[in-house]
Amino acid sequence: MSEIINSPLLWKGAVVTLQLTLYSAVLALILAFFFGLLGSSRHGWARAIGRFYVEFFRGLPALVLMFWFFYSLPLVGIRFETMVAGVLALGLNYGAYGAEVVRGSINAVPTAQYEATVALNMLPRQRMWRVLLPQAVPLMLPPFGNLLIELLKATAIVSLITISDLMFRAQQLRASTGKGTEVFLVVLVMYFVMAQILQLLIRYLERRSERILGRRPRRRAATAIAGTTGTGSLSGVGGEGS
Amino acid sequence: MPSSDTMSEVPTPEDPQGAPMDKTAADGALPHGSTPGIRFEKVVKRFGDNIVLRELNFTVAPGERVTLIGPSGSGKTTILRLLMTLEKLDDGVIWIGDRPLWHMPRGDGLAPANEKHLHEMRKQVGMVFQQFNLFPNMNVLRNLIEGPVRVLGLSKDEAVERARELLDMVGLVDKIDAHPTQLSGGQQQRVAIARALAMQPKVLLLDEVTSALDPELVVGVQDLLRDIARASDLTLLCVTHEMHFAKDISDRVLMFDKGQIVEEGPPEQIFGEPTEQRTRDFLQAILAT
Ligand SMILES: Nc1ncnc2c1ncn2[C@@H]1O[C@H](COP(=O)(O)OP(=O)(O)OP(=O)(O)O)[C@@H](O)[C@H]1O
Ligand SMILES: [Mg+2]
Repeated sequence: MSEIINSPLLWKGAVVTLQLTLYSAVLALILAFFFGLLGSSRHGWARAIGRFYVEFFRGLPALVLMFWFFYSLPLVGIRFETMVAGVLALGLNYGAYGAEVVRGSINAVPTAQYEATVALNMLPRQRMWRVLLPQAVPLMLPPFGNLLIELLKATAIVSLITISDLMFRAQQLRASTGKGTEVFLVVLVMYFVMAQILQLLIRYLERRSERILGRRPRRRAATAIAGTTGTGSLSGVGGEGS
Repeated sequence: MPSSDTMSEVPTPEDPQGAPMDKTAADGALPHGSTPGIRFEKVVKRFGDNIVLRELNFTVAPGERVTLIGPSGSGKTTILRLLMTLEKLDDGVIWIGDRPLWHMPRGDGLAPANEKHLHEMRKQVGMVFQQFNLFPNMNVLRNLIEGPVRVLGLSKDEAVERARELLDMVGLVDKIDAHPTQLSGGQQQRVAIARALAMQPKVLLLDEVTSALDPELVVGVQDLLRDIARASDLTLLCVTHEMHFAKDISDRVLMFDKGQIVEEGPPEQIFGEPTEQRTRDFLQAILAT
């Protein structure tokens, strides 16, 4: 067992998996906001573009997309590094899910807020960037958290185009040691721990964003006034977002 | 929280108990200048098959303060929302001053307004909502300066100074850094009133602005609005079910039913000796509640 845990192969693979997750998530996030904002535009043509992107890439399995980037496009002279093909496939795929989250969250901001922006004579872009989007972001975080963890798990497919991620290294190690059960047990735990770390990160962001909307301090203040045992955790709230 | 709200009520000029409202501070903060009137000309508004306003005509003189009353569904909110451009007009013309709100002059006729024209026209109009609608992603100060800085183009310092004056007027300077969720309903509505005034409107629309408040907070907000109405030359359109408030705040009352004006006159007359049966029935009904 210790030879497996100490093997640098798995650790290197984990780093590649995290890199893949990070790059794909950044690409997905950019695409999600771009197409999600198009999808909630006042203009019909913009909404149509948003819809098309979502329907197209949500309907394709990331694996097929990746094979296409890696095996098919080179036939017409477009070549990608394996890593780029993987990131593109995952980013485009998860960006489509993310765009729906962005659009749905913006729609979920109460109409009354939009009406207040009109009454203050804000321009359409000011309505969006100053009021609607800041209130939509906290609504996006929980579904984004789910997508991020799904994305982490989905990166395992890239081993099929020979990217040396955690899954790829696990198979190498199994082949060289013959200890399949032990190897995949360790890999299982490693994926689980990585998912937990991402989950913590999202939780932290959720709490911060709730504070910006003024939800947290009030609840906590209420507990503080109620005279609970004065736990130190309450003091962590200070420095409210300005 | 509610008790602290009543504590901070702005004393009214007539109120011998409290210090009189600081006239100069109030005058500095309130909009002044030439005020436009409003004219509805054969205005039609439908929601699907439901014709809410059927060729409605009425005029509000510059600086006049008018209360709209009438049964639920008679179209009062719709009238205010048309003026705030929250609802599109189906037919007819709404004039603010000598310019049509929903149209642009083209040739010798009128063409539908574009966003730029609406932006231009909205500069004159402000609205206070029943549910306050403060921005929860901003503190009180930013709620008050966001519009003046981004839309009116005031410098930040200027906007902050005006925000302070307005908060002083509504009795909430100490809440300048507070978050909307930390305020009582009455306090939130005062901030919302200040926010609307910060945009220096000429026409102010009030749609049942105290009906979401706890009963003990209602009078304070009404007194504040009355003082503002008297100290400024705003053209005021107010929807309310509270007769004494309507008497306090308005020169004229319009009684609506089914999108038509049933009766109109000074508040004393409408509430004291209404001539129309429908007005009497309506007043009876609200007195009964
Ligand atoms: N967005 C909408 N969609 C469909 N119908 C609407 C809409 N807004 C208002 N209506 C209808 O228009 C009519 C007038 O509504 P409005 O809100 O103007 O009445 P009101 O006089 O303000 O009533 P209340 O005293 O209850 O506030 C009602 O029949 C209402 O059902
Ligand atoms: Mg109404």
